[in-house]
Amino acid sequence: MKCFRALILILVGVTSLHADVTFDRIVKAGQEPQNWLTYSGNLNSQRYSLLDQITPANVKGLELQWVLQVRTLTGADKWEATPLVVDGVMYTTRPPNEVVALDAATGRIFWTYTHTPSQATRVCCGRVNRGLAIVGETLFLATLDARLIALDARTGRELWNIQPDGVAPELGYSFTSAPLVVKDKVLTGPAGGEYGIRGFIAAFDAKTGKEAWRFNTIPGPGEPGHETWTETTWQHGGAPIWLTGSYDPDLNLTYWGVGNPGPDWNGQDRPGDNLYSDSVVALDADTGKLKWHYQFTPHDEFDFDSVQIPVLADIRWQGAVRKVMLWANRNGLWYVLDRATGEFLSGKPLTQVNWMTGFDAKGRPNKILGPTVEGTRVYPNNQGATNWYSPSYSPSTGLFYVPCWMDTFSVYRKDPKGVEYREGQQFTGITPQLQIPSMVPRATNTRLPEEGYGAIQAVDPTTGERKWLFKMTDVTDSGVLTTATDLVFAGGREGYFYALDAKNGNLLWKAMVGGQVASGPITYAVGGRQYIAFNAGNAMFVYALHR
Amino acid sequence: MRIYVALTFITSFVSPCGLFAQHSYLPSDIDDGRRIYETSCGTCHGAFGDAVPGIDLGRGQFRRAKSDEDLVRIIRSGIRDTTMPPFNFNESQATMVVAYLRNMTAMPVDRNAPIEVLGPPGDATRGKVIFEGKGKCLTCHWTNGAGNITGPDLSSLNGGRGRRSPAELRRSLLEPNAEVRPENRTIRVVTKSGATSTGNLLNQDTDTIQLLDPKLGLASFMKADLKEFELVPSPMPSFKGLLTDQESADVISYLLSLK
Repeated sequence: MKCFRALILILVGVTSLHADVTFDRIVKAGQEPQNWLTYSGNLNSQRYSLLDQITPANVKGLELQWVLQVRTLTGADKWEATPLVVDGVMYTTRPPNEVVALDAATGRIFWTYTHTPSQATRVCCGRVNRGLAIVGETLFLATLDARLIALDARTGRELWNIQPDGVAPELGYSFTSAPLVVKDKVLTGPAGGEYGIRGFIAAFDAKTGKEAWRFNTIPGPGEPGHETWTETTWQHGGAPIWLTGSYDPDLNLTYWGVGNPGPDWNGQDRPGDNLYSDSVVALDADTGKLKWHYQFTPHDEFDFDSVQIPVLADIRWQGAVRKVMLWANRNGLWYVLDRATGEFLSGKPLTQVNWMTGFDAKGRPNKILGPTVEGTRVYPNNQGATNWYSPSYSPSTGLFYVPCWMDTFSVYRKDPKGVEYREGQQFTGITPQLQIPSMVPRATNTRLPEEGYGAIQAVDPTTGERKWLFKMTDVTDSGVLTTATDLVFAGGREGYFYALDAKNGNLLWKAMVGGQVASGPITYAVGGRQYIAFNAGNAMFVYALHR
Repeated sequence: MRIYVALTFITSFVSPCGLFAQHSYLPSDIDDGRRIYETSCGTCHGAFGDAVPGIDLGRGQFRRAKSDEDLVRIIRSGIRDTTMPPFNFNESQATMVVAYLRNMTAMPVDRNAPIEVLGPPGDATRGKVIFEGKGKCLTCHWTNGAGNITGPDLSSLNGGRGRRSPAELRRSLLEPNAEVRPENRTIRVVTKSGATSTGNLLNQDTDTIQLLDPKLGLASFMKADLKEFELVPSPMPSFKGLLTDQESADVISYLLSLK
């Protein structure tokens, strides 16, 4: 095995290997597929790569190259981070808030930076961090105790470390997602929907950390949408942010999915549509002003966060190319929206859905179910038909690939006494009866396929049809990666990691790695060699072709 | 803030002067205990024994131990439900560690450091001016979010695991190559084709070397692809003769004032 970093050095002589990651490079990230410059690989969040060394014909030759272990995972922790790769250097996070820089070809560590979250930190669902953002030579880490930290990418040294106004870990505010860089700003927002926070999306100056603008995902008095809440319910209504948004440079709009309203399962405590919970919001990237919104699940009572990745694609729609947004939602439906206007174009079920019966002309769902005292069975289940697991769109096949929990349900019970908000305490209602464990997978699986199963499915945005479905016995928390050679990479809770044929879903290769895949796979290249990387259980696994 | 660079002269015989010490220990036991401490205990408790909040091993501030026997037992058995693990030491080895704990405030961390009876008091405010001006220290060094990446980060020399004594800093200032910490070593590699790279050694294993070259950034090399690789002297210049004793003390005071 040769050292490709050294090889480059030989070829280019003593010149700079570490060019600044300018925002222009990030906008054109698709043109340098050897790198992975944002959480979703590209600002359009397609998680699609032009790398073509690994093909359906040779994918069986993939071999494990190196492994990176986490230090500890406890309780509901999962390693959900997606790494960044910049010119042969990989940057990733390990739970709870450690940043690691390593040689992407060998896995050897350059440096680590450790932030120990405050003991006041409250998280609903494990000490999760999904990754970093980069611009210039600065990395950005958003922490579990709701701090935003800038690091020198060369050394791991801290440049600035701020706590945004109004957030406090003891109130349940935390940051779990990878930030998004747009121009000279770093965008992120807080998780904490289960603790009665008031969500927002904010932009911070990348040089100083100074807040430039803030969009409250629950409108305050006098703001449009405030009327969808009552009295004081808006103050603790949740609507958190816990996945990374997207950006369209032509429209200068940044798109973010917003989480569920609180209390999660006691909707009678907060009558109204509860904007902008369970919505996608399109914001002016320079000012944070709302351009449009679409609410997937008005007055949600099932914890159907709509934080999923907004996938931007230009597709043929009824005979003309149209700028659309593809959205696979936790509520069991997948959508096509016009991303310039927010116009609803299509909504189709990914799996069995019984809480609604269809849409009106503007795309508002006809909701027919809600929690009852005796219990209401709702499809899909509380964890949704899909969730934080990144989907992928392939411009090569024109298909949208979605990791799914198929035909699962939960039983929701209303608490007639209502739920009282108490600072820093869970603000949810009666936890639904889950058919499938939501956070910590059991070591064994005894469910029958008709009791719910996992799948990767490919759907056609132009027709709304499902093209194929790859079935797994257990469910999946894995993201999906597609490549220009029409490969689909994904995994599942069973510990398998798969390569599928993107055209028909045929299994081409699989590896057993012994831990649930709970992150989005990526691909990158160093010294002309293509690698596939993903996290499973307590480790990151990196594969490349035998040579 | 004023720091007095004053260290007690240590003779060949070390008396049991730690607080609450209950036994006399031989200098050889104390010295052996120091070596065990530095390899096994210092990673968590720090060079000065005060890196764990609420505990100051060198000053007899413990949470649970009231006697030397308690300390020996805790070292060997650990403390359940805490991060203090049991160590596979025999009683004699654990006793040596206790011997060192009971004397660590009387011993310089760097046994080779020149012993000074008394240095001039330093002034941190003056030191900052010298550090950023005449000393041109930020040409290479980094403090509190700014500076250069060539040299070590000097932001936290007064706390935690990175803590340095005034004597260590004085020596680094005047004789920078007398002792270079492992994390501050400079390595030069030459590839088989003759290309060179020089920078801070970050990591190495049987097959590879990782370094931070100020010109190239983070770089990783397979040893098999290298013609040679070697540690080279620190680029840190000696400030002997460039700074007066007073100015050196001022700079040290400034560095130890940073948090």
